[in-house]
Amino acid sequence: MNAGGFNPNLKGLSQQEDLLLPGHRLCAGCSASIVVRQVLKAVRGPTIVVNATGCLEVATTIYPYTSWALPWIHSAFENVAATASGVVAAERAFERKKSEPKSDVIAFGGDGGTYDIGFQALSGALERYDDFLYVLYDNEAYMNTGIQRSGSTPKYAWTTTTPVGSVEAGKMEYKKPIDLIVAAHDIPYVATASPAYWRDLIVKARKGIEVDGPAFLHAISTCDRGWRHDTSDTIEIARLAVETCYFPLFEVENGEFKLTGRSRAIAKRPELKKPVSEFLKPQGRFSHILKNQSMLEEVQENVDRYWERIKKLCGE
Amino acid sequence: MIPLSKPKKGASGKTGMWRTEKPVLDKERCTNCLLCWVFCPESAIYRTEDKVEIDYEYCKGCGVCANECARGAIKMEEE
Repeated sequence: MNAGGFNPNLKGLSQQEDLLLPGHRLCAGCSASIVVRQVLKAVRGPTIVVNATGCLEVATTIYPYTSWALPWIHSAFENVAATASGVVAAERAFERKKSEPKSDVIAFGGDGGTYDIGFQALSGALERYDDFLYVLYDNEAYMNTGIQRSGSTPKYAWTTTTPVGSVEAGKMEYKKPIDLIVAAHDIPYVATASPAYWRDLIVKARKGIEVDGPAFLHAISTCDRGWRHDTSDTIEIARLAVETCYFPLFEVENGEFKLTGRSRAIAKRPELKKPVSEFLKPQGRFSHILKNQSMLEEVQENVDRYWERIKKLCGE
Repeated sequence: MIPLSKPKKGASGKTGMWRTEKPVLDKERCTNCLLCWVFCPESAIYRTEDKVEIDYEYCKGCGVCANECARGAIKMEEE
């Protein structure tokens, strides 16, 4: 898997300047900044970042300073994709009128700003075929405002608006299959990634930057506050999400589905697949599931069903 | 005047103050594989010539580096 000869290694990448500076206000052990750092290692030249409202935005841009060492714009929660469309249009005009080379545009949105509030702006930008990379860092709830459920929260997960009690056991609805919904827009590139598999993520980000037209990168992003896990387990849980097939790694290039990295290895050797309980165990938001055998079995069945669906789409 | 923010380290102050445990690197064991660098949420691990250094001014002490170091070269110690 390569993006036009782009072959990242840590020695080379670590010699570049970091574009997200230390001393921001994201929580200790936050995965959003790991995703951002890895994505920004894939830039190929002048780049403009557009940010939806969310943890990432509020924690990195405390006026009059910013942690972003590159041009960055925020407007509102619901319109990060529309703002990116505007930046792309301005870039096109500059190129036409002044023959200045175009900057690449990367939009970052959380699951609230993508699955729910920003969805119509995203769908519109994809339909207009605007040339930018949309990065979804998915921590599966509205973490910034205090862990409220979102369209991305998985079934039975505890949040402050889906409490666990005698009537209901966490969120009672399923997680929206956003990658399949985005892929249905027939855009040139859609991919999932986990920061635990850094090379897979960085190469996918670069592919998304290089394609002509919109690209969508969905990165799982653990949240120690909202998922109730130890700050040091961040990468471990992002890895278990893939190893249990809760979050399969795949990409869709011009409509062609393909498993990548660890997920492809698991499809070839199913004995590598770990039970979903290993992903659930370190997370307090799922502690009630582990105490209830039938609920645990249902969660495992749902993971298996989704994994089979993705494998089938990928021709495995 | 347009209210533009300026990029700087420590946009939210010296976040090393948040720390309760600090990662201590055993340079003898470190093979400079840079996994701690790529997984650091804070960009607080940086490269020198042949080894990595931890920027304690900003490291929040999450412990991801200690957890991910394949050589066990980073240990968390109480501040």
